[in-house]
Amino acid sequence: MGTTASTHSIDQARAWAAAAAVPDPEVPCVTVAELGILRDVTLENGVAIAHVTPTYSGCPAVLAIELAVKAALLDAGFDALINRVMSPAWTTDWITPEGREKLRAYGIAPPVKGSNSKMALFGETIINCPGCGSSDTQKISEFGSTPCKAHYTCKSCAEPFDYFKCI
Amino acid sequence: MTASDDLFNALLQIADDQLILSHRVSEWTGHAPMLEEDLGLSNLALDLLGQARALYAYAGEVEGKGRTEDDLAFLRLEGEYLNCLLVERPNGDFAHTILRQLYFAAFMHPFWQWVAANSSDEILRGIAGKAEKEMAYHVRHCGEWVVRLGDGTDESAARMKAAVNGLHHYTDELFQGSPAITACAAQNTLPEPESLRAGWTATIGNIFAQALLEVPEVAYPQTGGRIGEHGEDMGHLLAELQYMQRAYPDMSW
Repeated sequence: MGTTASTHSIDQARAWAAAAAVPDPEVPCVTVAELGILRDVTLENGVAIAHVTPTYSGCPAVLAIELAVKAALLDAGFDALINRVMSPAWTTDWITPEGREKLRAYGIAPPVKGSNSKMALFGETIINCPGCGSSDTQKISEFGSTPCKAHYTCKSCAEPFDYFKCI
Repeated sequence: MTASDDLFNALLQIADDQLILSHRVSEWTGHAPMLEEDLGLSNLALDLLGQARALYAYAGEVEGKGRTEDDLAFLRLEGEYLNCLLVERPNGDFAHTILRQLYFAAFMHPFWQWVAANSSDEILRGIAGKAEKEMAYHVRHCGEWVVRLGDGTDESAARMKAAVNGLHHYTDELFQGSPAITACAAQNTLPEPESLRAGWTATIGNIFAQALLEVPEVAYPQTGGRIGEHGEDMGHLLAELQYMQRAYPDMSW
């Protein structure tokens, strides 16, 4: 039944490609796969199941992301289901290297990898400006335009920017 | 009481804490002292609401009577809510709001850490994995404010001291157990709240020391919420929280 097995893996690759190309609704420069939100796409009895892990408990984009992924799979000709996976919890370490570079090019400073400063008061992590690269930046607010971002300003080029905060 | 009754009641208690505090904090949206903090407070409320939703949805499944997260959040009577009194306290000024949030987050952070690392319940471990990180952020954000204000101007220090005096006697209830919680602790599903007291006391003591605030002695802790006995403010809060579902039952957006 080698043909069936290889057809299956071709279908699975096609389903993954369709779902993985969906842009994040709030940070459209990166895809849900690059952000690490789309964990896997599996095929069961001809139904494509997208395994999705939300970034934050209350992230309002969760439903929009799930609908968009489902629509992309339907467009590609699959019956589709969404499986919301809560464990293990999403971490910024799941953002791919391409995703991090796209964030920077878009003007959002990517998260510092493996930061352990989350509990430290007045944490001293240095965030480089995504525009000019300067490390002379200042935190304006722990919270930004979406739950996943903090607000910074660059003291070298005077440009305000978002930092994709590390969790 | 069966094991699922105990888990249901324990989940409701935790979910009620998150929902009621989320509603209180959301009252700041559009009214915070500056734009950045308006976004900050709204984000704190959103984290708590997300956690409440996951917990209510799971509680509804455990109960097995077809009640949804909305039914549990919006269609119960005041005496059926099991949140502690701390989370229903009115916002007061910014010092009161940020201190209340610190007191609560300093309890929930180790609570979720315990669940994520030790709980025998896989669904709760999943919720906790995310909530633990969010609560770490809350402790840090609110702790920074408490230090900034406590060690700030005469005015900000006086307001922080007034907030401590106005709220500290509500914190004891965070550590109050219930038969349902104790039953869940015996199953290794949830921690016994009292076991988190030492960590909480150390966190608050450390932040207060930097903020030049003293931890007051409390002679008469205020309790009652955990058994459904709430303060006058709770009814007013629920009137607003439940209005749409009461006026238009089963409505959805």
